[in-house]
Amino acid sequence: MTTAAVATAIRDMRARGTGSAKLKALRTNRLAMTGAVIAAVFVLAALFAPLVAPYDPARPDFDNALSAPGWAHWLGTDDLGRDQLSRVIHGARASMQVGLLAVVLAFLVGVPLGLLAGYYGKVADSAVSRLTDTLLAFPFLVLAVGLAAVLGPSLTNATIAIGIAQTPAVIRITRAETLRLAHADYVAAAVANGGGDGTVLLRHILPNATSALIVQATVGIPSAIIGEAMLSFLGLGVQPPDPSLGVMLSSAQAFLAPAPWMAVFPGLAIVAATLAFNLLGDGLRDVLDPRGGTR
Amino acid sequence: MSTPDAPETPDTTAGVPAGAATAAAVAPDAPVLSVRDLSVSFRSGDRTVHAVDHLSYDLAAGEVLAVVGESGCGKSVAAMAVMGLLPPTAGITGSIRLAGRELAGAGDKELGRVRGKDIAMIFQEPMTSLNPVLTVGRQIGEVLRRHQGLTKKQARARAVELLDLVGIPAPRQRIDEYPHQLSGGMRQRVMIAVAVACDPAVLIADEPTTALDVTVQAGILEVLQSLRERLGTAVVLITHDLGVVADIADRVLVMYAGRPVEQAPVHELFEGPRHPYTRGLLGAVLRPGVVAGRGVAAGPGAVLEPGVAAAPGAALRPAGKRRLPEIPGLVPSLDEQPDACTFAPRCAFADDQCTSGRPGFKAVAADVGADAAHRAACWHPHDVALQRINQEAGQ
Repeated sequence: MTTAAVATAIRDMRARGTGSAKLKALRTNRLAMTGAVIAAVFVLAALFAPLVAPYDPARPDFDNALSAPGWAHWLGTDDLGRDQLSRVIHGARASMQVGLLAVVLAFLVGVPLGLLAGYYGKVADSAVSRLTDTLLAFPFLVLAVGLAAVLGPSLTNATIAIGIAQTPAVIRITRAETLRLAHADYVAAAVANGGGDGTVLLRHILPNATSALIVQATVGIPSAIIGEAMLSFLGLGVQPPDPSLGVMLSSAQAFLAPAPWMAVFPGLAIVAATLAFNLLGDGLRDVLDPRGGTR
Repeated sequence: MSTPDAPETPDTTAGVPAGAATAAAVAPDAPVLSVRDLSVSFRSGDRTVHAVDHLSYDLAAGEVLAVVGESGCGKSVAAMAVMGLLPPTAGITGSIRLAGRELAGAGDKELGRVRGKDIAMIFQEPMTSLNPVLTVGRQIGEVLRRHQGLTKKQARARAVELLDLVGIPAPRQRIDEYPHQLSGGMRQRVMIAVAVACDPAVLIADEPTTALDVTVQAGILEVLQSLRERLGTAVVLITHDLGVVADIADRVLVMYAGRPVEQAPVHELFEGPRHPYTRGLLGAVLRPGVVAGRGVAAGPGAVLEPGVAAAPGAALRPAGKRRLPEIPGLVPSLDEQPDACTFAPRCAFADDQCTSGRPGFKAVAADVGADAAHRAACWHPHDVALQRINQEAGQ
C-alpha cells in the first residue's frame, strides 16, 4: 500500500514537473515575460480599439491641427488635427491583423508543402524545393508592388504579399523537421503497426514538429508587422484616411520639424510591438527548441 | 514423441520428414509464417551488399524462433524485409508467406492492412519507439481503431486490458500518461501492448531486451512467454543474447554473414552444434561461476562445458584459464557472394571442399542423436560433433 502511494506521488510529481516545466522556465525568463506583457497590451488594444481610443481616429479637427502632446491629446495631433493616440491604437489593429493573418496564411500553405517534400522526397521534394527557391529569389518589395499593381493596394493584398513572402521559411522548417522525424523510431513503429501516410504525417510527425513551428511563428509575426508598416508607408497597404502605423509615418514626413511627435510615436509603437514579439519568440525558442541548448 | 537421444532414424538429407520419430513439438505442419529463399541486397555506388542471402524458415503457430548471430549478420534486415519496412532501394527476392498470403512485393496499402493486425513488430529501443506527444492509451487505441474499427471508448477499454495483459500495474492511471513518464521496461511493455493489440499471429521482436537492465529483461521475456501461452502468438525473436535464447526459444536459427548456417531445436543446438560458427558462438559466452574447466551449469544455456567449448581454430587454452575463447578472424565483407562457405577463412575444419563450393543448408544425419529438424550449412558437420565428443571424453 505504502509503496503504491509513494509510486503515485512520484508519478504525479513527474507529471507536474515535465508538463509545466516549460511554462515555468518561460515565466522565470524576464525578457520573455516583458515581451509577453507588451505583446498582450498590443493585442488587447487592437481587439478593443474602438473602446479604448479616446477619439475617432479619422475625424479631423482643424482648430487643433499639429498640437503638441498634452492633456487633451496625449500624443498630440497630426496636420489635420486627428488624435495621434487614437490613430496609433487603430494602427496597431492593422498591424496585428496583418501580423497574425500573414503568418496563418504562410503556415496554411507552407506546412502541407513542407510535409510532402520532407516525407515523399524525390519528385515532390524537388518540385517544392524549386518553388521555395523561386519564392526566395523574388525580392519582397517587387512581389508586393506587383500584387498591388494587379489587385490594387489594400490591407488584404498586403497581407497576401507578406504571407507569400514568409511561406518559404515555413516550408523549409517543416521539411527539415519532417526529414528528421521520418527516421524516428516511433514513426517506423507506426508504419509497422499498419499506419498509413496520413496517420504518420498528421499524428506522428506534425505534432512533434510543433515546437519548431511555434518558434517560427513568433519570428514571423514581428517581421509581418514591419512588412505591413513598410507597405503602408509606401502606399501599397492601408489607404488613408484609414489609420496604420506606416501611413502615419508617411504623412509625418512633411512635418518632421514643426511636429516631430507625428513621427516619433508611431515609430515607437512599431519598435515596441516588434521587440515584444521578438523577445517572446526568443524566450519560447529557449524553452521549446531542443537545439537551442537551454532545456 | 521420443527423446532427443532417439536411435538413428533413416534420414534423407533434405527436408523434414513429416512425423519423423525424432521430430519434437516443433513439427511445422501448417506454418503461420513461411520464408523461402529470402535475399536482400543494397546497392551503394557500384557495390552491391548482400545483407541476406537465401534465408528460409518456417514458423509454426505458438512457436518461438530465435534468430541469432553477431551484428551485421542480416538478422534485423531479414526481419524488416518480412515486415516490408525496408526502403525501396533494397532489392528483395524470395517469398514471404503469412498464413498463405504472399507479402513479398505487396504494395504499401496491402501491407498496411496486415501490419499491426496479422504480423507486428517490437523494436529494440523502447525509449524512442513511442511517440512522445501522444498518451500511451492513444497509441494503443490508434492501432485498435485502425484495424478493428473500435470507437474511442471501446479502444480505451481494450487498451486498459492490454496494459494489464503486459503486466503494467495500475493500467487505468497509466493509460493517460505520456511515454516520458514511464521507465524503459514499462515503455517496452507498452510497445508489446501496441504490437499485440490486434492479436497478431506473428510477433517479430527485434532485440527487445538489449536496451534494458537485466532484471527488466527477465520481466519482458516473461511477458513474451505468457503471450505465447495465452494468445498463441508465434514469435520471431532476434537477439544476440544466447541466455535469452535458452530462456524462451523453441528453435534457433543461426545466421552468419547474411546466410543461415544452422537451425535446430534449442536443446539440440546447445547440446550438439554442428556448425563450427555455432560452436564458436556458444563458446564465447561468459558464464558466472565458471572459473576452471569444470563446468558449473549456471545459466539455462550452460550445457556445454565452457572450457572445452572453444571454437575450433581458436587457440584452445588449457582448462583453468579464464580467457574466453573467441573466433579468430573477421566477418567477411558482404559485397561478395562467394561460391564457397563464408565461414571457411575462420574455420579449423576448412578444406578444399569448403573453399570451392557453397554447402547446402541440409538436415544433418542423426548419427549422434541429432534431431531431424536439425540443419546446418557445413561440409563437415560430423567432424564438428565428433571433436566436441572427443574433447568431452578427454576432459
